[in-house]
Amino acid sequence: MKLQEFTASAHNFEECMKCTICTAYCPVVPVNPRYPGPKQAGPDGERLRLKDPYFFNQALKYCLNCKRCEVVCPSGVKVADIIQSARIRYDHTPPRLRDRVLANTDFMGRLARPFAPIVNGVTSLGVTKTVLDVTFAIDRHRTFPKYSGRSFEGWLKRRAKEQAKFPKQVAYFHGCYANYNYPQLGKDFVKVMNALGIGVQLLEKEKCCGVALIANGMSQKAARNAGQNVQALQKAVDAGLTVLTTSSTCTMTLRDEYPELLKVDNASVRDSVILATRYIYQLIESGAAQLRFKENYRARIAYHMPCHLEKLGWGIFSYELLKMIPGVEFTLLDSNCCGISGTYGFKKENYEASQAIGKPLFDQIRSVNPDFVACDCETCKWQLEMSTGYTVKNPISILAEALED
Amino acid sequence: MKRNEYDVIIVGGGITGAGTARDCAMRGLRVLLIERHDIATGATGRNHGLLHSGARYAVTDQESASECIRENMILRQIASHCVDETDGFFITLPEDDLNYQAKFVESCLAAGINAEIVDPKEALRMEPSMNPDLIGAVKVPDGSVDPFRLCAANMLDAKLHGAQVLLYTEVTGFIKEGDRIQGIRTYNHQTHKSGEYYAPITVNAAGIWGQHIAELAGVKIGMFPAKGALLIFAHRVNGIVINRCRKPANADILVPGDTVCVIGTTSTKIPFEECDNVKVTPDEVNLLIEEGAKLAPALASTRILRAYAGVRPLVSADNDPSGRNISRGIVCLDHETRDGLKGFITITGGKLMTYRLMAEMATDLVCRKLAVDKACATAETPLPGSGGKSFREVAEKIWENPTTVQKAAVGRLGMAAERMQSSDSVSQSLVCECEEVSVGEINSAIERLDVNGLTDLRRRTRVGMGTCQGELCGCRAAGLLAKAHGCADRAREDLKDFMTERWKGMYPIGWGDALREAEYTQWVYKHVLGV
Repeated sequence: MKLQEFTASAHNFEECMKCTICTAYCPVVPVNPRYPGPKQAGPDGERLRLKDPYFFNQALKYCLNCKRCEVVCPSGVKVADIIQSARIRYDHTPPRLRDRVLANTDFMGRLARPFAPIVNGVTSLGVTKTVLDVTFAIDRHRTFPKYSGRSFEGWLKRRAKEQAKFPKQVAYFHGCYANYNYPQLGKDFVKVMNALGIGVQLLEKEKCCGVALIANGMSQKAARNAGQNVQALQKAVDAGLTVLTTSSTCTMTLRDEYPELLKVDNASVRDSVILATRYIYQLIESGAAQLRFKENYRARIAYHMPCHLEKLGWGIFSYELLKMIPGVEFTLLDSNCCGISGTYGFKKENYEASQAIGKPLFDQIRSVNPDFVACDCETCKWQLEMSTGYTVKNPISILAEALED
Repeated sequence: MKRNEYDVIIVGGGITGAGTARDCAMRGLRVLLIERHDIATGATGRNHGLLHSGARYAVTDQESASECIRENMILRQIASHCVDETDGFFITLPEDDLNYQAKFVESCLAAGINAEIVDPKEALRMEPSMNPDLIGAVKVPDGSVDPFRLCAANMLDAKLHGAQVLLYTEVTGFIKEGDRIQGIRTYNHQTHKSGEYYAPITVNAAGIWGQHIAELAGVKIGMFPAKGALLIFAHRVNGIVINRCRKPANADILVPGDTVCVIGTTSTKIPFEECDNVKVTPDEVNLLIEEGAKLAPALASTRILRAYAGVRPLVSADNDPSGRNISRGIVCLDHETRDGLKGFITITGGKLMTYRLMAEMATDLVCRKLAVDKACATAETPLPGSGGKSFREVAEKIWENPTTVQKAAVGRLGMAAERMQSSDSVSQSLVCECEEVSVGEINSAIERLDVNGLTDLRRRTRVGMGTCQGELCGCRAAGLLAKAHGCADRAREDLKDFMTERWKGMYPIGWGDALREAEYTQWVYKHVLGV
């Protein structure tokens, strides 16, 4: 008899064997009893939603989209994608003002930049935090990311000529964080690339990757951003450039969320979007380039692998690079979610769960007591700095500071 | 009055028997229903679950078609919780004759079926899973109906009207006095006790097994056992029923029912002796996948949950080897006028769709014989659980903010979900995760719906009917049954039978994910639970 050669379903939901390992590994399940867990919310719920959209469960909003369920799934089921797609498809509640503000990271960045010192001052006031908590449901414990008075884009544009002189070139998708909040990360990236003999270009037009828009129910706008970004990436790829990134979540969004959640085809550019640490590691490993580090550099570093980097499978490149720096005493922290998941942890209703999820990680950092923590994700950084008091640095910034002058 | 005396005894716990029991009980008769297994174990539970509009029969059998559409409209009213008003398409593919469409629509309209030609592109927009090569589409008021639920609701309502139901009780013979059937002899397969029950009229509603029952009574009916095989796919590929617009043939109906969809059927004549043990052959599976993929191409790569087969209870009329051209018409035999045997009626033929009409015809005859003058009211009286147009309407009638578990229960029980315990966390916790069946729903089924074992429970609640086929829910449900029946040994044996029965349906399609799942299930049961 003829067997079916293969079976397929949307995000592989039908390939689920009900082994429930995703629920065992979900960071939300132990801390929030209202969340049905990835198996129930994902492949199980999907069959009911196909029967009638009325079976959509609002509790799906408690999913962090950390993708840990997808990493552990032995059957290749894209559990988090099923859940996020269901939210996109069935949840038609308009996003509240708070969620709009949190989600529009680039718009808020452009708005705040000219008044950065004032904005930073105001958002760090206790009274502002209380007002935001009460009127806006942004938890008062949260520290707002600071805005920079000058954007990274402006900085690099002024140096375009000098960058063009390098024989090898890459393009850089800097993301909202490096552009508006912490241009130093972008500058560090340029320093490291230049040390490798590579010049850095901006994309012709970069939009926010859209991850926060997806999480906050604004997927249409996210899809518009995605469309524009794919065009910009295409131009870079057509010019023979690899596009490097320093944010693990932007990277995952550009590569995986565009086709899976937003149905934006990125097949022609996907393989050219690479996290900088992976690119650098492979360059050094192949002997094509070298980095020279300070002889007296000393640091005790604990590395936290962001969930989305774990999903990409590229965390090893980041920490192997750090281990190459002489004088580094390295600890790889256990695989745990920090609990913030972008804008999720900023919301008052999620604050407690967010901190409970992160607790094992916070405790381990305290017991390791490093000089600082290394991590490729800016929102993990906010969470860990607020919750542990330790400074968190992107591996690229650590490479930059360890480079021989 | 003697012990065990009734006005009417009904043999057969399928939909015809259950419907007849309900009708008789509603007309004030004292009713006993006897079933040798569980409810809906024969053809009732082994079909598409298609709420026929009648369109399928319109060209070949106008009478059946108009019966269907009348009953279709009635069931939407009286059994809203068993019916999903999906509508249906009859599509013409390039290899089909488009001229058939005009004849088809004309015949539908003549039978009172609202058939409407839809532009193929528009049809494809309404039902994107359909074969995009289609050259014609006609929309008809098809739907899907859950036969287990429908049967259980009829049975429950019969009981609410005073009927008595004996399951797992087999008729072993008739008590005759001269040319009159006075009652039946029975054997109970659970208590292993024999019994005698008396009534002036016995109705043979045993479906294909009616031939055997008639023989026990000393009369002959020639049944035409025609096997039909079907495949269950693991989720709904389509939201609207898809049929082929041509003369009825193999595997040309795809029905979305509850969380799954079903393709079927085949039609093969089988010897009467095989009725109790029908198997799906590899050739049938091949044919169903191949023909099914012509209706909805996605079926070729969609996971299959199970294969099953039923036997159509057709009354043989001519020498047609396929059984397709035999009328699906209702046959109501008064053996007094036919064979000179008093007190014995056979109601057969027909189909799931026309069960209510069959019950009405049989009950009318029973009433005439008993000189009871009471009109049939089953067409206007809703079944327990019916009411409300949508899940949302029903769920929000019962609870202010229904939880997913409560919503899922409403999807199965309709208004009857109200009676289920669902306020505390234990009764809300899930037994079956694939179909979202809670402890409360299981307990309510055990209390109200004559559950003897896990397989009975499955027919009433969908426990074990989801993707995992009992992997996670079988042992949990067995625990609840052990508690309710106070016997763990019985539950353990029952669990073994249940899992074996689940495997039986997976065996014909044992490859890919279904095989992985079965293997995993085996680990869980053998190595983790030690069953």
